[in-house]
Amino acid sequence: MASIKIPTPLRQYTGGQAEVTISGRTVGEGLHDLVRQYPALGPHIYEDGVRRGFVNVFLGSEDIRFLQDEDTPLAPDSKLRIVPAIAGG
Amino acid sequence: MTATGEQLDQTQVQLSHDEIRRYSRHLILPEIGLEGQKRLKAASVLLIGAGGLGSPLGVYLAAAGVGRIGLVDYDVVDESNLQRQIIHGTKDVGRPKLDSAADRIADINPFIQIDKYHEPLNSENALSILGDYDVIIDGTDNFPTRYLVNDACVILGKPNVYGSIFRFEGQVSVFYAKEGPCYRCLFPAPPPPGLVPSCADGGVLGVLPGTIGTLQATEAIKLITGAGEPLIGRLLLYDAAAMTFDTITLRKNPACPVCGPQPTITALIDYEEFCGVPAHDHSTYQEGGALVRAITVEEVKARLDAGDGLLILDVREPVEWQISTIEGTLRIPKAEVVNHLEQLPRDCDIVVCCKTGVRSADVIRQLQGQGYARLYNMAGGINAWARRIDPSLPVY
Repeated sequence: MASIKIPTPLRQYTGGQAEVTISGRTVGEGLHDLVRQYPALGPHIYEDGVRRGFVNVFLGSEDIRFLQDEDTPLAPDSKLRIVPAIAGG
Repeated sequence: MTATGEQLDQTQVQLSHDEIRRYSRHLILPEIGLEGQKRLKAASVLLIGAGGLGSPLGVYLAAAGVGRIGLVDYDVVDESNLQRQIIHGTKDVGRPKLDSAADRIADINPFIQIDKYHEPLNSENALSILGDYDVIIDGTDNFPTRYLVNDACVILGKPNVYGSIFRFEGQVSVFYAKEGPCYRCLFPAPPPPGLVPSCADGGVLGVLPGTIGTLQATEAIKLITGAGEPLIGRLLLYDAAAMTFDTITLRKNPACPVCGPQPTITALIDYEEFCGVPAHDHSTYQEGGALVRAITVEEVKARLDAGDGLLILDVREPVEWQISTIEGTLRIPKAEVVNHLEQLPRDCDIVVCCKTGVRSADVIRQLQGQGYARLYNMAGGINAWARRIDPSLPVY
């Protein structure tokens, strides 16, 4: 199963889980599976069905915006991560 | 590549015998050597923020012999800073951070110049302050200033050595629009207000800014001397809890509004308006949207004493309830409030409180969206209660 790393600011919506196993043939399906498992995450990732501007999704070390975005194929061993905007100093 | 230009007039910069003794471990390092050390002496670096990240940055860049270090900070040293801001000491509590940091830097290295800017960085002063330095280091603690520093660096053509921290997580990169992506290429839009708490509200591992600030200092020295491969086009992600370092690839966004080929932002904007949050606690910025009514801790106490039907909702995290609580409060963490509306009556006044009043204001806006009207934000939070009503409670 593919997995996705959840950054600290969003872990309050995944019951503290830092990594979640997801299923789907594409990155988009995987993200929707994540939201299905943790509905409270939904509004923080999508707004009116569109992925929000501050949500950066990487497949391995690559930004999905520079691949095929949510149509990028997901392999069983794919590792996704959401890269958060954090500002502390 | 060097940020200070390829040419260094060897006759303009000389090292004294004292400096040669001091920097000998650099001088025998082939990647730095005499020329690299002269570049460091000729270089100027601006540190924005003399806090968690600014502490190791100031100490290491001074020790390394950066010739001129500018410091921007408007704050004074508070006891709660000392858990991580190692450039300041207990004796400095109450002093301007600039004075405390400058004293420490001067003690570490008397051969360098320190410039102090005791003011918040803003759209009016940023270009003139940043314009006078070769390398800019972003060690601020809020989104508006991060976008401001990025845009100013793009406009001025300066490298921005970026680092940020939250709880156990850190990020480092070098945003240098001349050679790679900028901060906006990665984060075109800021997160909505309230999603990412500040370190004051969310906490931070004290040693984390030490790790991240030291990595930023490393990148600054590499940019100045030309040693190694700078972190341009890469973002380093550090997870102190898992003890992992991951590097991901950043690319220039062709549609970037500030560093793209058709920029729509060519001058500095109002960054508090852009991010929807104040940049610092001296700001006069007022958040838009529905009005959040405030109530003082004295009024809350008087109404409780009068037996007034009043519900106090404490939206802090369970770890914070172990530090201090007001008796008789309903306790639900911020993220959970919307799942427990059945516990919140609509026919009585609800006073929402947190540590300082920031998270409670977010909860009030959420509840207003659920049709609640009788809501009050306890100004200054439980820390104000501890200071003014019940001194037996600690302030944290």
